[in-house]
Amino acid sequence: MWTAKLHMDAPDDVLTAQEIAEIRQELAHYPNQSAASIEALKVIQKHRGWVPDASLKAVAALLDMSPEALDSVATFYNLIFRRPVGRTVILCCNSVSCWMLGADLVGEKLSEHLGIGFGQTSPDGAYTLLPIVCLGACDHAPVVMVGERLHHDVAPDTVAALLAEAETGAEPAESTS
Amino acid sequence: MNDTRTPLTQNVRADGAAATLEEYCRTGGYRGLARAVRELTPQAVQQEVKDAGLRGRGGAGFPAGVKWGLVPMDVAAGQKYLVVNADEMEPGTFKDRYLMERDPHQLIEGVAIAAYAIQASVAYIFLRGEYHLAAERLRRAIRDAEQGGYLGRDIGGSTFALDVHLHSSAGRYICGEETALLNSLEGKRATPRAKPPFPQISGLWGRPTVVNNVETLCNVPHILRNGSSWYRALGKGADAGTKLFGASGRVRRPGLWELPMGTSIREIIEDHAGGMREGYRLRGLLPGGASTDFLLPEHLDLPMEFDAIARAGSRMGTGTMIVLDDRTCPVQMVLNLERFFAQESCGWCTPCRDGLPWTVRILEDLVAGRGRPEDLMQLERLCRMMGPGNTFCALAPGAAEPLQSALAYFRDDFERYLPRQTEVA
Repeated sequence: MWTAKLHMDAPDDVLTAQEIAEIRQELAHYPNQSAASIEALKVIQKHRGWVPDASLKAVAALLDMSPEALDSVATFYNLIFRRPVGRTVILCCNSVSCWMLGADLVGEKLSEHLGIGFGQTSPDGAYTLLPIVCLGACDHAPVVMVGERLHHDVAPDTVAALLAEAETGAEPAESTS
Repeated sequence: MNDTRTPLTQNVRADGAAATLEEYCRTGGYRGLARAVRELTPQAVQQEVKDAGLRGRGGAGFPAGVKWGLVPMDVAAGQKYLVVNADEMEPGTFKDRYLMERDPHQLIEGVAIAAYAIQASVAYIFLRGEYHLAAERLRRAIRDAEQGGYLGRDIGGSTFALDVHLHSSAGRYICGEETALLNSLEGKRATPRAKPPFPQISGLWGRPTVVNNVETLCNVPHILRNGSSWYRALGKGADAGTKLFGASGRVRRPGLWELPMGTSIREIIEDHAGGMREGYRLRGLLPGGASTDFLLPEHLDLPMEFDAIARAGSRMGTGTMIVLDDRTCPVQMVLNLERFFAQESCGWCTPCRDGLPWTVRILEDLVAGRGRPEDLMQLERLCRMMGPGNTFCALAPGAAEPLQSALAYFRDDFERYLPRQTEVA
């Protein structure tokens, strides 16, 4: 039983009680432990922003997987971060509809305002800028996702306002397409 | 009241909020499920959906009832699963997100009916990771449906039981391929599986499994509620029902509309999307997402139907079209598409893993003025090498579609990038 392994391999100094509880909740949805690997990594990431080595090892023990097997899963998926990221991750769509309507210029403007390139994190640890594939809002291209909030019809000259809003931590708006 | 012309979007609220359980039930919601579990055998539900002629809305157009009919129905079949493919990531496609955000109960009722039809007791909704709002609304709707007796034990007073779990994914387009999706749901890398065996026989954890697209399942409650002949009559031509059609690119009003199957491309682009923006002319279009062949202005009067679009050399795909205008370079557009496919290849089989980056390098060289005359022939050869029959799954063949059709239709644009032949003395 995996519940017994919890105490042996996942000491409190590696995984928090909250993390363990949330992973346990995901485990209940699947007939075997390793099936919850992606959900478990996402739990870690929700609390820590990324998946550090120590957490990965502890989660692997919890799921009865080798750390290597779990890392092979972690590194396959682009939304699992195995390196530290900023407090807010900005995903800038570069797929075809957004590209046609000026996504490159939006990306350049974001990069200029943040002082970082794609794949980089700002020195103050506030932002990481990443390209992303189609976000499913092509009727409002170009789109940018800041944290969990999707921004429609972004133009180079609205990038500053978008970042200012992210700064104040405005409430997530409902996405209406 | 049940809106019989636009069943899929009848509950969509103007304020952008999700339709509540109460609102959903007011237009006849969960009555299809009640009819299925109380009055029909699972086989009869399958037959109703077969008779309705519902074809898969994820892109392939496979008849949904036929797919269900391949699942073993004897008691010995044991545990079975229904999986919702909500991993919408085909560039240019934005219909499933809309359906999940605006009317989540419609999907849940479709899931419950489909699960009953194949006698699955567990369903998973495989949702792409970036769809945070859809996740929040689906979680809420699942909870409300459980409390309302539409999920869980003794559904609708019958002995049918179903648990629905939401799985929030972590990226990668390949997860939309149904066997890669199953590997991902099992907590593995999302590489596709060899077929056969098909998932209906050996799917999730080796159990019989049906994978259906979100929009496909959203049609099911209406078929059960109003009957297959009503559903067939919704379509204008060969295909049954309505569909969410969309248009993006430089049209006046990009958007999404529920229209009868068989609506012409012209009506979608000119009437609903308002035609091209001022100063732009229509050059071509991808009818159903990034992995479909280009069509030209001469194809505008084709009906959006699976077979009609196939006869014109393309695919209806997801039905959300990407419009190419006369001021966007088709070669650069194809480069953008191929970069996407090269990045998203899972790397499992050689034609895809090596062919796509090769394709991208050639296109990059062309656009940078480093092209060679033999490059166009090489691109055509790559399209064949990445084509159907040579790869493990449909990713690379899909990637070849816009490229091969662009090479045929926009040849001059490719040739314009080739450096002038140097004079040989």
